[in-house]
Amino acid sequence: MADVKKIATRESYGNALKELGAAHDDVIVFDADLSNATKTNTFQKVYPERHFNCGIAEGNMMAVAAGAASMGLVPFASSFAMFAAGRAFEQVRNSIGYPHLNVKIGATHGGISVGEDGASHQCCEDFALMRSIPGMVVMSPADDVEAKAMVRAAYEHEGPVYMRFGRSAVPVIHDEESYSFQIGKGEVLREGTDVAVIANGLLVAEALEAADTLAGEGISVRVIDMATIKPLDEALVLKAARECGKIVTAEEHSIIGGLGEAVCAVIAESGVPCKVKRIGVNDEFGHSGPAAALLKQFGLSAEHIAKVVLPA
Amino acid sequence: MTANEKKQLQIAACKVRMGIIEGTHAAKAGHPGGSLSAADMFAYLYFKELNIDPADPKNPDRDRFVLSKGHTAPGLYAALANRGFFPVEDLKTLRQIGSYLQGHPNMDTVPGVDMSTGSLGQGVSAACGMALAAKHMGKTCRVYTLLGDGEIEEGEVWEALMFAHHYKLDNLCVIIDNNGLQIDGPVTEVMSSYPIPDKLRAFGFEVAEIDGHDFGQMEAAFAKAKETKGVPFAIVMHTTKGKGVSYMENQVGWHGKAPNDAEYEQAMGELNAQLAGLEAE
Repeated sequence: MADVKKIATRESYGNALKELGAAHDDVIVFDADLSNATKTNTFQKVYPERHFNCGIAEGNMMAVAAGAASMGLVPFASSFAMFAAGRAFEQVRNSIGYPHLNVKIGATHGGISVGEDGASHQCCEDFALMRSIPGMVVMSPADDVEAKAMVRAAYEHEGPVYMRFGRSAVPVIHDEESYSFQIGKGEVLREGTDVAVIANGLLVAEALEAADTLAGEGISVRVIDMATIKPLDEALVLKAARECGKIVTAEEHSIIGGLGEAVCAVIAESGVPCKVKRIGVNDEFGHSGPAAALLKQFGLSAEHIAKVVLPA
Repeated sequence: MTANEKKQLQIAACKVRMGIIEGTHAAKAGHPGGSLSAADMFAYLYFKELNIDPADPKNPDRDRFVLSKGHTAPGLYAALANRGFFPVEDLKTLRQIGSYLQGHPNMDTVPGVDMSTGSLGQGVSAACGMALAAKHMGKTCRVYTLLGDGEIEEGEVWEALMFAHHYKLDNLCVIIDNNGLQIDGPVTEVMSSYPIPDKLRAFGFEVAEIDGHDFGQMEAAFAKAKETKGVPFAIVMHTTKGKGVSYMENQVGWHGKAPNDAEYEQAMGELNAQLAGLEAE
């Protein structure tokens, strides 16, 4: 995929914020001393009077954002996923989630692909944490086009939203001209009848690559981009379960509490007979290393998806 | 402040105290101690200081009040009810299934509540966000928040105070109820948050220390708060936990315990006598 354009979705986040800022005066941005990394500095350069650094104090930032939202502004609060969803969980739960305030959390550096920083910064628990908060929308885009559309949709949505973006550049798989995004709707990127791979984030591109490989072996793989983890597109999951009978989920998150478990729950309670296998980070911490090598090592790759799909 | 004005505030505060006793007694739960220590402040805020209108509780230009020490909701509810935001009779539904008067303030269900609080340390952050937003939006409204002297043991409080000074939130007034007691005992024994005024000054606040049961001192402090420009303002008020009910005063055990029927009768008897005395003056 050498000739495919690659962009990190955190870059997309910064660019989308800048566009949103131009269109809407009520957009303000909070960051916690990571503006250069979360890319909210892209917004800051154009709208310095609407960008507020909170310093290294994520808990305070989340409740500050809640207060600002109560005044009618639309705050985007940003940090690394580890600190936005992890450290500040209780502020998000009590000051944003419970009063259902209109705060958008833009969490970057999700998952193992944080790379060299190691386990302390590789948040593989954010989907689980954020899913558990009533009324919270939880999303993770596959590429630049989807990420930008997601940020716009988050602005239009009334209520709290958690978006997880990645550090590493990922292939752009959507066509910007024809693409439209809807919160809570999955997208069938490739039709297939033998197995459905339901993925999000950077695993979507890997799933497409795996589908290519498997097509060569005569296996028809449906690839679904499930950018919204909550509310889950249950109809699309059950359609895949009925039509394929086998599902493999793939996410850059712990296999506990993320997309995989959400899909399993829907299928288990539906009574539709369907075998499911989850690909994700097993019940273990990550470690330092280059992102690409880590993804391979933790089985978050096209190669591993193909391996899991084969005997499924 | 005229003598009559002062008397009206004293009457309001006495009714707030009665509401606290009514609510916690009916709920058989709740936090009377810290509600009573702040009862005079609740009365002052809702009957004199805040620019609010019970008929228009969501007015975008109203002053905001965030009860950061959210467990003292019985005091806030009693002030709101007596100010006309909802029927005083409803105070007896406190903490009951189906009641909008949740154990801790819920902005989505209680008219006049500006922020949902209860988890200590978060309200002051939300108040900072409101004050920042008000400035950003060019609003002249002011933001008030009330914290406990135990609550300020939470690290987030100091993150928020740093933020308030950094962003020059001179439309913010932080009030600390220094009643000296927290659940496990005296603040000085559990985890001393002292010296509070020195710490606030070190964080860049202009500070007033007052007797939290003296309306005249409140008036002077709030006037000074409004005159202060460029830095946030804090009022440290020295209070008596359980103030106004003899057997609750300075008793740590009344932090989070409801009066039983006999205790209720005694408390209401004392408060009714106070009220009768004030009204007879």
